[in-house]
Amino acid sequence: MRFWTKVMAITWKDTLCEMRTKEIITSVLVFTLLVIVIFNFAFSASQEMMQLVAPGILWATFAFAGVLSLNRSFVPEKEQGCLEGLMVCPMSREVIYVGKMLGSLLFLLIIEAIALPIFTLLFNLPVLSLQLVVITFLTTVGFVAVGTLFSALAVNTKARELVLPILFLPVVVPIVISAVKASGLALSGEPWSELSSWLQIIGAFDVIFLVVSFLIFAYVIEE
Amino acid sequence: MDSAASASQNWAIEIQELTKSFGTNLALRGIDLKVEPGESIVIFGPNGAGKTTLIKVLATIINPSSGRFLVDGLNTKNNAEEIRRRIGVVTHQTFLYNNLTAYENLEFYSRMYDVPRRKERIHEVLTMVGMTSRLHDRVGTFSRGMQQRLSIARLLLHKPTIILLDEPETGLDQQATSMLWQALQAEGEVKRTLIHTTHSLERGLETCDRLLILVQGKIAYEKTRQTLNAADLKQAYQHYTGVGT
Repeated sequence: MRFWTKVMAITWKDTLCEMRTKEIITSVLVFTLLVIVIFNFAFSASQEMMQLVAPGILWATFAFAGVLSLNRSFVPEKEQGCLEGLMVCPMSREVIYVGKMLGSLLFLLIIEAIALPIFTLLFNLPVLSLQLVVITFLTTVGFVAVGTLFSALAVNTKARELVLPILFLPVVVPIVISAVKASGLALSGEPWSELSSWLQIIGAFDVIFLVVSFLIFAYVIEE
Repeated sequence: MDSAASASQNWAIEIQELTKSFGTNLALRGIDLKVEPGESIVIFGPNGAGKTTLIKVLATIINPSSGRFLVDGLNTKNNAEEIRRRIGVVTHQTFLYNNLTAYENLEFYSRMYDVPRRKERIHEVLTMVGMTSRLHDRVGTFSRGMQQRLSIARLLLHKPTIILLDEPETGLDQQATSMLWQALQAEGEVKRTLIHTTHSLERGLETCDRLLILVQGKIAYEKTRQTLNAADLKQAYQHYTGVGT
């Protein structure tokens, strides 16, 4: 119970800070919308062609938006000298991981919730379906599970803006491919049964990286 | 409590052969130290002597490379959370969030430390450091001295019995420094154990029961205050560190 009270306190603190600065949401949202608009102009092709390339565009955009957003996860803590303040609190290191991860998940989901309707409008595709919402949610969980761990690792390095994408992007390739494939099927109007194998891969990725990140976070943050 | 605990229950802090290395750089080279409950220890040393590393190890922020230390008889490997509950830390970094108000910062840390009657306790500690009038102002608008006062309020929230201070006077004026020491002594029913690093020999000598000089990660000199005056300390500091004061 105490674990979750402290997790929620960290998430609430991050949300409150973000609401006041709008540092992550504004910059990442502008980036996301710009990429969507540029791709829309670049691929002014037929509807069939759009249906083929749209999932790739969507997930390339969200993956890079994730890098931008997750890069800021631990930076304010480090810059204000608060990371050590969290580390001297009477709780396990995992509380910090889960609290920061939930904060990042919330910010990314807000950005995606704004970007998806705009994507629908510009590409004239039925992106706002239950299938796409489930795929987006599960994939974003995978992004933040990995990204929060690597963000904590990168924050102690000099070139942290470079380190995170170098570590993050290769690891999330399986989940990005699965999300692209599943989204393609969803946009073609395929039933849930056709998507299930890709959703299982995404789900397995989420579980594996949530568990692994949870277990090794203490070593990452302490060294 | 482990078996070692009963043997060392009289010590607030017991450090044995503690080392810490960063890559090939050995920051602490076999520190041995025993601190009695309520004792005030001050650690002097030039830059790079290992003072901050020692405080960080004691605060359980970083793990030692070898050796062991017990806090109130508790082993840090198995009881890190309980040890953190008993320890309060103030460094030259305030651990405060600039975008939160003074109250929100203390509210956040009181949740982290499971402080009972949070609201009352926050008002108590803010009164101690004389900051009740700035309760709802953002920390980013505070001067360095005010931030450090708030940092002391944060330190006192959970009533720690052991206080670790790493150059807490950095950037503070005389008045704020006096307030710091007053606040630390304000709840003095039980005398707190204090480990304090500083570059100010005079201030350190004033506030300690025992002093150490750390040089290149080792305790080079150790004396109780009763057996030392300011002139002797200056001479010893110069002798062991090669640095004038």
